[in-house]
Amino acid sequence: MAVIQPLIGQAAQMLLVLGLAPLLTGIVRKTKARLLRRRGASVIQPYRDLARLLRKDAVLAENASWLYRTAPYLIFAATWVAAALVPTFATGLMFSWSADLIAIIAFLGTARFFLALAGMDVGTSFGGIGASREALIGSLAEPAMMMIVFTVALIAGSTQLSTVAAFMASPAVGLRVSLGLALVALVIVALAENARIPVDNPATHLELTMVHEAMVLEYSGRHLAVIELAASLKLLLYVSLIACLFAPWGFAPAGGGLAADALGILAYLAKLAAGGALLGLFETSIAKMRVFRVPEFLGAALMLGLLAALLRFVSRSL
Amino acid sequence: MGVVLGLYCSGTLLLAAIAAVPLGRARLGSIAVYAACLAVSLVALINALAALLGLAPASDAVLPIGLPWLGAHFRLDPLAAFFLIVVDLGGAAASLFALGYGRHEPAPRRVLPFYAAFLAGMNLTVLADDAFSFLLSWEFMSLTSWALVMAHHRERDNARAGYVYLVMASFGTLALLLAFGLLAGPAGAYGFDAIRAAHPGETAVALVLILALLGAGSKAGLVPLHVWLPLAHPAAPSHVSALMSGVMTKVAIYGFVRIAFDLLGAPGWWAGMTVLVLGGITAVMGVLYALMEHDLKRLLAYHTVENIGIIFIGLGLSLAFRADGMILAAALALTAALFHVLNHSLFKSLLFLGSGAVLAATGERNMDRLGGLIRRMPRTAFAFLIGCVAISALPPLNGFVSEWLTFQAILLSPDLAQWGLRIASVSVGALLALSAALAAACFVKAYGISFLGRPRSESAARAREVDAWSTGTMILLAALCLLAGILPGFVIDALAPLARPLVGANLPAQSAMSWLTIVPIAASRSSYNGLLVFLFIASSGGLAAFAIHRLASRTLRRAPPWDCGFPEPSPFAQYSSVSFAQPIRRVFGSVVFRAREAVTMPAPGDARPALLAVTLRDPAWDAIVAPVARAVGFAAERMNYLQFLTIRRYLSLVFAALVAILLILAIWQ
Repeated sequence: MAVIQPLIGQAAQMLLVLGLAPLLTGIVRKTKARLLRRRGASVIQPYRDLARLLRKDAVLAENASWLYRTAPYLIFAATWVAAALVPTFATGLMFSWSADLIAIIAFLGTARFFLALAGMDVGTSFGGIGASREALIGSLAEPAMMMIVFTVALIAGSTQLSTVAAFMASPAVGLRVSLGLALVALVIVALAENARIPVDNPATHLELTMVHEAMVLEYSGRHLAVIELAASLKLLLYVSLIACLFAPWGFAPAGGGLAADALGILAYLAKLAAGGALLGLFETSIAKMRVFRVPEFLGAALMLGLLAALLRFVSRSL
Repeated sequence: MGVVLGLYCSGTLLLAAIAAVPLGRARLGSIAVYAACLAVSLVALINALAALLGLAPASDAVLPIGLPWLGAHFRLDPLAAFFLIVVDLGGAAASLFALGYGRHEPAPRRVLPFYAAFLAGMNLTVLADDAFSFLLSWEFMSLTSWALVMAHHRERDNARAGYVYLVMASFGTLALLLAFGLLAGPAGAYGFDAIRAAHPGETAVALVLILALLGAGSKAGLVPLHVWLPLAHPAAPSHVSALMSGVMTKVAIYGFVRIAFDLLGAPGWWAGMTVLVLGGITAVMGVLYALMEHDLKRLLAYHTVENIGIIFIGLGLSLAFRADGMILAAALALTAALFHVLNHSLFKSLLFLGSGAVLAATGERNMDRLGGLIRRMPRTAFAFLIGCVAISALPPLNGFVSEWLTFQAILLSPDLAQWGLRIASVSVGALLALSAALAAACFVKAYGISFLGRPRSESAARAREVDAWSTGTMILLAALCLLAGILPGFVIDALAPLARPLVGANLPAQSAMSWLTIVPIAASRSSYNGLLVFLFIASSGGLAAFAIHRLASRTLRRAPPWDCGFPEPSPFAQYSSVSFAQPIRRVFGSVVFRAREAVTMPAPGDARPALLAVTLRDPAWDAIVAPVARAVGFAAERMNYLQFLTIRRYLSLVFAALVAILLILAIWQ
């Protein structure tokens, strides 16, 4: 019995993130639409889109290879595993020790690697442009993320997310300059990683500014559905991560029973809704950047992260 | 067993080298030589494994050759055993590959004798237990590899590559010679035992460390001494490139570890700082160079520079921690560095062998003339993909584990006593993260341009999968990459007997942890479980695919690519390696390499094509190598005067030199 309950907890977490990911995307879209004084599609529209895509035939380019067909599942699996390891409604998940924050970031790197390769498989120029730009964004966003991890890990004395979350919720944290810098950097990285405005525009097609959409241009049917779901999961992961590090309230304690778990889920839902609404608000209030301005934007995140980590190395209280 | 068997193996390899001279003429001669090398490497590998796992005690042997009062000492301790594993695993893989690949060799007699001798030289360097036999084997290794670089000496640029390599190798050996001279002291105690027992002064320690960095660093490819490496490694036949990049650089690392950790006693914290910063710079510079490259083999060679940087970061951290008495952290950093040594030898051998397969199938090294090989060479493409994922430090493969361990070591650095060291280590942490991310970008480029897309040349369109020996070797190496990635605990445990004598501690036994998790310091601090993560990803991906195929649609239609409605039939409309790297070139290259793009646009009505020319400057070459070469040339020209003196003047010069030396000695004493 001792094993069954945590196992159920872990499984619940996996299903929860999978089930909620399209909802978060829907909330962001709805917020954006309302802010533009449109009625917008319902928040459950992403689910309908996924169901529609899954039912359709997959149309494959004539020269697409096996990599092209397996990459969506790999991307999805890596993102899903990463998202399932970030504490959402409860800390102390069963398998939280199998990968720490560095590994979670690296899973997203694996997903990015295969997505960029898939973009280059058919040999179209759009795929190439997307992959090339994604490589640029990734090569700046990942080190910035690593510096944020450094900062957080040095404050909490651990790279295990459960431990970090528990520490962040304790009064020992206090108000720190380095955490503030890390939060700003993390938001920038999250925007870039999820292909949001001002780095990329998830709503456009057929534009030379696009990155993520250019890579997946040739995908259709179930493959596209899986990739879209992975993108939603990644957005959910970053919102959960920000919530877990900077709003660590309302977690269900380990073994707290069903009532505590339900409370934790409610708190998590509230955080997701707030995160989605904030993202929508931010996206409507800012313009898309030129591609070659993005390195400066991400470079700022890298420098902020490095500064935050350096502060920790110099003084223990900042 | 033990060192004697190791020496027998090296002797057999030398005999094979001699036998290869007549055998090279025979039809099956090269197969015989490679088979012999494979067998001997396997025996040596098992011997070294037994020594590392403690099945056979450390053993030594003295041969009555070399300096008359010294003899040649050889010893097989855990450190040597670990590096012997790397050497012989790489040697076995390259030989197995060459069983098939060797058939493409136009002049086997230029390769075979030196190949076997090169393997012997690397084995002997690692086994040597006195300065004399170490240097002799080291130089033997350098010269045989130089001969291999020159195997295709008629090809463009290969002669220059060989020349630069020879100069840098001599320079490196000279630096090591001086280092050992300082270590041995005025009494000339060249045995490693005697050196260990002696305690050189502060200045001597500093000098030796710098000389060792110059000597071993130039062989390993530490920036800015790396200039020969991207010229020489790709020039050799591909299985030799794999050996030079995957294995010989590790012998250089061995030389550095042996001197800095074992022979030198305990250098101060500044030593760690120097090595750490050099490693960080090397890692980032190496990958940036690689990103600018469009020749597949040169790209891989530049990546070796990056990985050497990562290894040196670990070594530098370990030296720093050891100097501050944090021996557990030192053990962690050293383990990370040595784990990366093993990993890099695995995936770099794999990738170089893959590039050899591509070269054999298409005759092309230029990525911009490749493309679409995943459809023509599926097995090579699969193995190469595994190598790319591994070298990009992505989980669940092995490259990630060693970088993860390095990051964990960096996260321990706030406890260091020196303020400068703390700042340096976090900055190097940022450089390491940057180089890891850039490496992923670089291998997206390498794989995406060469193996994906549409073929860009006739030869790529007609490529045929290579023979079973070659593909088998690559699949085997890919499997080892995966194994080391999902079962890292066993590797870490195997490194424990090696870390203890060098830094005074070793990591806790990992294979005893539940679920084969690796926990370098404490479970509350950090842990990683490659096996579980691999199973998670495999099962959730498989589950998703199964569920979708079962419950939703499974039909598939083939159609022409869409490409937003305007598919361009010419394969040259695809991204090339130059255009793929353009964003990164603009961001980083414009500063580091002073990259310039010049567009020549013909006037309207003019039928000439528009031209885009990219110029890059190599900072290491411009700032260091070229000025030194000019200075040497200048001095040689001035000294030319000495060539045309009368016998009388020569005699008086000799006499004056003698008097000067005696005078210096008299003042010194």
